[in-house]
Amino acid sequence: MCLAIPMRVLSIDGDTIVAEIDGVKREASLMIIGEEIGVGDYVVVHAGFVISRMDEKEALITLELMKEMKPESATASA
Amino acid sequence: MNYMDEFRDRDVVLGYAAQIRKLSEQRPEPMAFMEVCGTHTMSIYQYGIRSLLPEGVRLISGPGCPVCVTPNRYIDRAIAISRLSDTIITTFGDMLRVPGSSSSLMEERARGADVRIVYSPLDAVAIARKNPCKRVVFLGVGFETTAPAIAASILAATGDGLANYLVLAAHKTIPLPMELLSSDPELKIDGYICPAHVSAIIGANAFRGLAEQRGVPCVVTGFEPADVMQGVEMLVRQVVEGKSRVENQYSRVVTWEGNCKAQSVLAQVFSVCDAEWRGIGVIPGSGLEIAADYAAYDAEKVLPVSVEETREHQGCRCGDILRGKVSPFDCPLFDRACTPESPVGACMVSSEGTCAAAYKYGR
Ligand code: SF4
Repeated sequence: MCLAIPMRVLSIDGDTIVAEIDGVKREASLMIIGEEIGVGDYVVVHAGFVISRMDEKEALITLELMKEMKPESATASA
Repeated sequence: MNYMDEFRDRDVVLGYAAQIRKLSEQRPEPMAFMEVCGTHTMSIYQYGIRSLLPEGVRLISGPGCPVCVTPNRYIDRAIAISRLSDTIITTFGDMLRVPGSSSSLMEERARGADVRIVYSPLDAVAIARKNPCKRVVFLGVGFETTAPAIAASILAATGDGLANYLVLAAHKTIPLPMELLSSDPELKIDGYICPAHVSAIIGANAFRGLAEQRGVPCVVTGFEPADVMQGVEMLVRQVVEGKSRVENQYSRVVTWEGNCKAQSVLAQVFSVCDAEWRGIGVIPGSGLEIAADYAAYDAEKVLPVSVEETREHQGCRCGDILRGKVSPFDCPLFDRACTPESPVGACMVSSEGTCAAAYKYGR
């Protein structure tokens, strides 16, 4: 029930967006998000509402950190 | 990039497993971390996270499934309302099969009650708009992730001037039971895997008291396997280094302040109340009820029904499971009398329930 997934924004019409993940499209409301949302953004959708905008810069920072955990990078730095 | 697959990299997951093992060797005493979000519970079972951790690092599932912590009394009230004439019950799917004291909404529907599953509470508002001669009652359960959506649906109904949309609210907030369980001497929790999407609303700052005053390390953690492993690694590191602070592993979605708009919608429509948690009992201040200004939308106030006497399910250990005291495998009914097809308790119904996750993915 709490499931909320990152979806890409396809279009915006007033307070409603259409977002997509793996070919599945969903409408979602912008009623409970204060941030500006644009087409192409990734958002987290829960129960028909956008609850957060995915910060792509932060995502890349986390991925960079995670990469250091890979065995090949461990041998490279050894 | 879709922000899911990248966080499922097997090498990263195994890299963290090795790192956690190495770190934990620096501390001879075992450690235990609790997750309080059903999606984490699912993810931990689905990706076999426990099997990747050394013996000294244990994960415990807590009261993270909103359907599961909803007491029988609420289900019984929803059932009583579903028996009223000209009434449509609207709900998220998981609530349908949760057994109440003597029936479930699914059984009531088979007997003719109008019970409809919706994806969004706004769908319930749309049903109310289409059925002006009936009353439409939405079953408002869920934590801080879900409660703002329900609050927004009440605002939408107000905007439309709808008088036939009602909410039976049993929303709960998660930080207080976390505080309560952290002081349980039997559990000895060394840190929390803090919920991801609850934190998107309330912000990582909400756990500061827990970490800084009560000394329980907290890491806000995402749901993908690499997220969970990184979150556990951050917790182990805090314990080994003797630190206790809030860290935000899931910074791509969660900010320190949270979603201010959602918080203000919540504060507008709901007020804080005491709430009963299955297995834990009443926790003062841990619930949200519809505020006086919106009392006309409060099904509990508008629709007085007589509710049957509450009966607990014989032999079901959901209560102990929700407090992290036992695992599903300790329940004698698990996979015998109790399966997802014929659940005895709520923890076997919702896909986020600990018993359902354990049944689906095994050890
Ligand atoms: S296995 Fe079934 S009966 Fe046992 S605790 Fe879980 S839900 Fe209750």
